[in-house]
Amino acid sequence: MAYLDHAATTPMLPQALDAYVRTARALGNASSLHGSGRSARRTVEEARERIAEALGAKPGEVIFTGSGTEADNLAVKGVHWFRRTPERNRVVTTAIEHHAVADAVAWLGDHEKADVTELPVDKLGRVDTAVLAELLDERGAEVTVLTCMWANNEVGTLQPIAEIAALAAAHGIPVHTDAIQAVGHVPVDFAASGAAALALSGHKLGGPTGTGALILRRDVKAVPLLHGGGQEREIRSGTLDVPGIAALAEAVSHAVRTQETESRRLAALRDDLVARIRATVPEAVYNGDAESRLPGNAHFSFPGCEGDALLMLLDAAGVECATGSACSAGIAQPSHVLLAMGAEADDARSSLRFTLGWPTTQADVDALVTALPEAVRRAKTAGLS
Amino acid sequence: MSGGVDSAVAAARAVEAGHDVTGVHLALSKNPQTYRTGARGCCTIEDSRDARRAADVIGIPFYVWDMAERFHEDVVEDFYAEYAAGRTPNPCLRCNEKIKFAAVLDRALALGFDAVVTGHYARKGEDGLLRRAVDPGKDQSYVLAVLTPAQLAGSVFPLGDTPKDQVRVEAEARGLAVAKKPDSHDICFIADGDTSGFLKNRLGRKEGEIVDAASGEVLGSHDGSHQFTIGQRHGLGLKRPAADGKPRYVLSITPVDNRVEVGPREALRVDRIRTGAPVWLAAERTGPFEAEIQLRAHGEVYPATVTPEDGGLTAKLHKPAFGVAAGQALVVYDPSDDGDAVLASGTIDATQSYASASVGEGESAETASV
Repeated sequence: MAYLDHAATTPMLPQALDAYVRTARALGNASSLHGSGRSARRTVEEARERIAEALGAKPGEVIFTGSGTEADNLAVKGVHWFRRTPERNRVVTTAIEHHAVADAVAWLGDHEKADVTELPVDKLGRVDTAVLAELLDERGAEVTVLTCMWANNEVGTLQPIAEIAALAAAHGIPVHTDAIQAVGHVPVDFAASGAAALALSGHKLGGPTGTGALILRRDVKAVPLLHGGGQEREIRSGTLDVPGIAALAEAVSHAVRTQETESRRLAALRDDLVARIRATVPEAVYNGDAESRLPGNAHFSFPGCEGDALLMLLDAAGVECATGSACSAGIAQPSHVLLAMGAEADDARSSLRFTLGWPTTQADVDALVTALPEAVRRAKTAGLS
Repeated sequence: MSGGVDSAVAAARAVEAGHDVTGVHLALSKNPQTYRTGARGCCTIEDSRDARRAADVIGIPFYVWDMAERFHEDVVEDFYAEYAAGRTPNPCLRCNEKIKFAAVLDRALALGFDAVVTGHYARKGEDGLLRRAVDPGKDQSYVLAVLTPAQLAGSVFPLGDTPKDQVRVEAEARGLAVAKKPDSHDICFIADGDTSGFLKNRLGRKEGEIVDAASGEVLGSHDGSHQFTIGQRHGLGLKRPAADGKPRYVLSITPVDNRVEVGPREALRVDRIRTGAPVWLAAERTGPFEAEIQLRAHGEVYPATVTPEDGGLTAKLHKPAFGVAAGQALVVYDPSDDGDAVLASGTIDATQSYASASVGEGESAETASV
């Protein structure tokens, strides 16, 4: 079986799994005052330090959460709630955010009467900073928080976060960045980026599912989503998941340390995959930015085919990939990312995402390239229903 | 796989028969409801999850196919249009004709599958004919009679030889959690079962008269003729009882005048039925022949002489039917101990009665709309 859906989830790194199991055998609530508690707390704080060090942040800026989605919600809602006034009630987002951000922003608009501005992207899926500059000159004083992902989860396009943060800083606006697809895959330096908040998720980089973190600058305040024991700067209550946090730190630390060589390896495999798909299926359209892109991401539209049908045929042939972001009802909607990039609805429904990860080898790419032409032939016969 | 017990057992039986089976759930609504409110429908997220769990237990791959747009165009819009024209459509039959054994079958064949397996209760004889299921209470040959021979050839019905209660026992034995799930009835896209309200939402309200068919006397009013169906007795909202004290029934609906005529049950009597162009599942007949006809799902069977003429079928009933609505299907069966075989079907266009006191034999009154 060839697994080419590492952006959905990637297996735990062996060292992260070891750290998890080792820590899960130990006793102790990190908030307890006795020896077992202090020992658990020490594990958590060492993990915090390792993550901070790997990402150019200070340990006190790391807030552990239960998922990337939670980190995104905490940043967007929490910072908006803290900074909103009658005159300042606008959230600025982009047209290509993951649902964890997009739906949180939409909820603020629908249920909390926030004003929402969505920044457009170009054909490659890159946020238009000229539109942002204009918007901020006009309405900068109204903005509570600006959110823009570091790298897009569907087409892999990297966003000009430093440039966006600099524009926002001139108006005193905190920037949140959803870096869930970026951490461990491209260089990420929190301090250098100028962002006020950054979300990451464990299971996208070899850590456990159910772990995440929000890196939040000390001078930026957020209203908590969860109230309780007051853990994590009183911003995120809940007993700390000590083994999950230890494994997360292990994974972040490893992924960042090996990022450069691993990215080069994955990009080479990915480039081979792209070149061979173009050779065997000449009508395939390569989406996104060919240069400024996640190293493990390849995203194609196959005109005249339905992504769903291709996925099923490849699945039957032992190749696993994705059509875009999964949908709760199981009904495939045309990707909002591709639509924002100017694609027609039919093209948006005819796309597949192949994402590579640390266990990916040449054999996985070969399996895809072997199975794809027949799948495309059949899917084309079935057409777009 | 709808998420019900029938399709789950059908899938399990197909696997056991040695086929390479893939489970498919049809998403028929763009905005599926999360939870069923009763034993209705098959379009909720919960049903999709039930289907997925059945596929897990059977050990087959499972996918959701999005047929929402096709379903809306071919079934829901047709449903509105038929009611608006004063007819009574059967959406399940339309769904079989346009979605399950058309869009789904076509897609499946193109993707490399050989057939579509469903949990319908019907049999396919060795002669390739569609026959009634052994369980008379569950027989669904009526709603499958619209299939063409080619569609039928691409279909497999593993449950036709088994009574429903036995299917439930088998589901239980196979560890399928849907074994005790209630049967779905009503129309799947009308979640609350309120067909009249559903039609009113789309077709609007328009005041009209309810008239005594014999005397022409105005007996009451309604707010849209599309809410009525031929033979309907309840929900007429008439204040005064009929002079003879007997119940009154809807006899005819004229959408153009938004007029609904009512009268006694005897006036619903039908002896002759005309259909539009028939679909022949058996070899096409040219002359008159004796057969049995069925006029609604799970409805009564009438012996009749059927004559292909003027591009349609004419059925002369040997015993009268009552309350036959245009838009429903007339299905012609050849009675047999091995399960009555479907010969043909056609959509009912018009009905005639010989027995009305005022109408003489031969020159009968045409009712229902055309």
